[in-house]
Amino acid sequence: MNVLSIVLFVLFVGFVLGISFYFAGRAKSASGYYAAGSRIHWGVNGVAFAGDYLSAASFLGICGMIATAGYDGFLYSIGYLAGWVVALFIVAEPLKRLGKYTFTDALDANYNHRGIKLMAAISTLLVSICYLIPQMVGAGVLVTPLLGLPHAVGVVLVGLIVITIVATAGMTSTTYVQFIKGALLLVFSLVLVTVVLIRGLSTKPDQGGRVPFQEYRTLAATEAGGSLALEDPAWQIAAVREANGLRFVKLLRDGQESWWKVEADPAAGGLTLLESQFAARLADGTQTFNGAPASRENQLRTVGNMAVIAGRTGEAAETGPLGPFKFLSLIGDRDSRVKLWKNASFEDDGGRLTVHYPVLAAGNKILRPGQRFKVEGTSTDRIDFLSLMLALFLGTAALPHILIRYYTVPSPAAARKSTIVAIAGIGFFYILTLFMGLGAMTNGVVNLLDDNMSAPLLARSFGTFLFAMISAIAFATVLGTVSGLIIAASGAVAHDLLDRYANVIKSDRQKVNAGKVVAFAVGALAIVLGILFKGVNVTFLVGLAFAVAASANLPSIVMMLFWKRTTARGITASIFVGVFSSIGLILFSPTMYELYGKDPLTAPFPLKNPGIVSIPLSFLTLIVVSLLTRAAAKGEARAAA
Amino acid sequence: MLHEPAAKTGADPAFSYKRRLGAWMFILYALVYAGFVVINLVRPSAMEKVLFGGLNLAVVYGFGLIVFALLLALIYNRACGRREKRLQGADPQGGRA
Repeated sequence: MNVLSIVLFVLFVGFVLGISFYFAGRAKSASGYYAAGSRIHWGVNGVAFAGDYLSAASFLGICGMIATAGYDGFLYSIGYLAGWVVALFIVAEPLKRLGKYTFTDALDANYNHRGIKLMAAISTLLVSICYLIPQMVGAGVLVTPLLGLPHAVGVVLVGLIVITIVATAGMTSTTYVQFIKGALLLVFSLVLVTVVLIRGLSTKPDQGGRVPFQEYRTLAATEAGGSLALEDPAWQIAAVREANGLRFVKLLRDGQESWWKVEADPAAGGLTLLESQFAARLADGTQTFNGAPASRENQLRTVGNMAVIAGRTGEAAETGPLGPFKFLSLIGDRDSRVKLWKNASFEDDGGRLTVHYPVLAAGNKILRPGQRFKVEGTSTDRIDFLSLMLALFLGTAALPHILIRYYTVPSPAAARKSTIVAIAGIGFFYILTLFMGLGAMTNGVVNLLDDNMSAPLLARSFGTFLFAMISAIAFATVLGTVSGLIIAASGAVAHDLLDRYANVIKSDRQKVNAGKVVAFAVGALAIVLGILFKGVNVTFLVGLAFAVAASANLPSIVMMLFWKRTTARGITASIFVGVFSSIGLILFSPTMYELYGKDPLTAPFPLKNPGIVSIPLSFLTLIVVSLLTRAAAKGEARAAA
Repeated sequence: MLHEPAAKTGADPAFSYKRRLGAWMFILYALVYAGFVVINLVRPSAMEKVLFGGLNLAVVYGFGLIVFALLLALIYNRACGRREKRLQGADPQGGRA
């Protein structure tokens, strides 16, 4: 914790709350509260779009995934940005033309059907909550190094600030918070990338002299008759374990224990042991890191460096300042080697041990898909990749908190223009994510227990000021996105359900008050979920939220606009099937089985990403039900006329 | 109650043109995006191929998809704006936000 971080944080929070109270007077009507009175300039709205969209997943999650899996993390950047094409070309203007305050309004504009109101509101709520989880996890991640507070305190802090922002001035304050955050994020990400390029690449990154480079040792070993022997007699073998088809050995020297990964060394005709880091949860519940009890001072060391840069090592490999393309070409060079870290867990001495071991990856494998998404793996792996890319492409235009931003501008053309500003800003940021992620990967700043911290820790390697700024902005990132999500959820309950579905709202003021009460409730729920999901990669969680949104909402939007035979019952059924099939498939996926503590291979649904099944299923449901109910819909329309 | 739009918009004679153009541009982009996904699935090793300046296909295609989205967006906006002006004279509801 340092004073500058706290000062910047307090200043930022004070500024944000000041904006909220300043605009509170504009949120007295429903139009003011839910749509900022439709008076936002398209330029401001475009940057606010970026502020809304570039969530903790984009900033923390993508950078973290690139830092640990290379290009695979950048696939999210590509998919997220591509989704804006769908938003611009298909959704932006029609939605603005048809809608009022919520996504449900637009969907229901031509039907006025209770089923649509109910299902679209439920879908909005569920998608918003799915999206809220990773944002709140991100908040907890940030607060620990920034303010020295526990994860849970960070989550509660964000929850309370966001509830205040939303409850005081609704969409107006949310818009300006998102605008400021979007602009700051773009500027300081560019600053961070610039200093990364100026520093260049090294095989022994020492964070500008701030943290000495940690060398990890290797030992030569032999194996005879199934037992290992070390050439250096100072080391004794205490245990040998196998996990995931890999072999690990516990060594003792001067009473100090350490874990090493065993590797065949065909060149020397023997074995090589690679020094690793290890975290243990002992039988009595004590957490240890590298053999000593966990404490503020004793954590796993941050890692990540290039072992070879285009065939060179040591001082000869130091590059000095680099241009952006040279930076990428050196990391991706066939003769470059990047030290990544993997892990394996197993039982040891009655406790659970996780060994983090180094792996050398060729540069040309780092800058192409394959580290995380096994595009050369089984057919299931490939379908999973296809499913993810489909959900990312189709998910953006179906996110309720993004769609409601179209109501804050005065005209359909302004909606279109603000989308273009958003594409420019978001696209630029996503290009920067590749540099930030690779910068973290090669500068020894990757936290082995939580890759979400890669971007802020990269900033810390350049000094306290940049770290404090980047952390404050990352915190603002969470605030901006969570505010938008809570407004969307608030509109779904107060406007869609209580007013339009149940018809219990009797006045404009009552609708605003109901929205504020819902904001409190959703904010409280977000706090609880943010604490429960601690430690899961935030980009992965957002990928799942995209799958739910794309399955639940996009088929209805597209078919309503482009297929005249679409009926209200078709839309209702499509949303129902989209929501519950996607969530159901996620619950039975390998990822969730891992979270349940079960073997992921036993999961009934083999894919991690459900979109490839649930999106077509939702489309199909809409078509079939619409065709089946076409006659009834015509009859009802005649009766109503 | 309270079911009126937050902001009233009048008739837009350019609406069907914009919808058609948007659909075609969406299809064009979707094809280019699909090409990226298909290469990764069918010949992932092709992504390693260095195209120019030491940059491989994965980086060039990835950045290209981002830049192409912006390019199409600008073309779309210009085409829509011109059509709105032509059909509406002074662009009463759209051009000035």
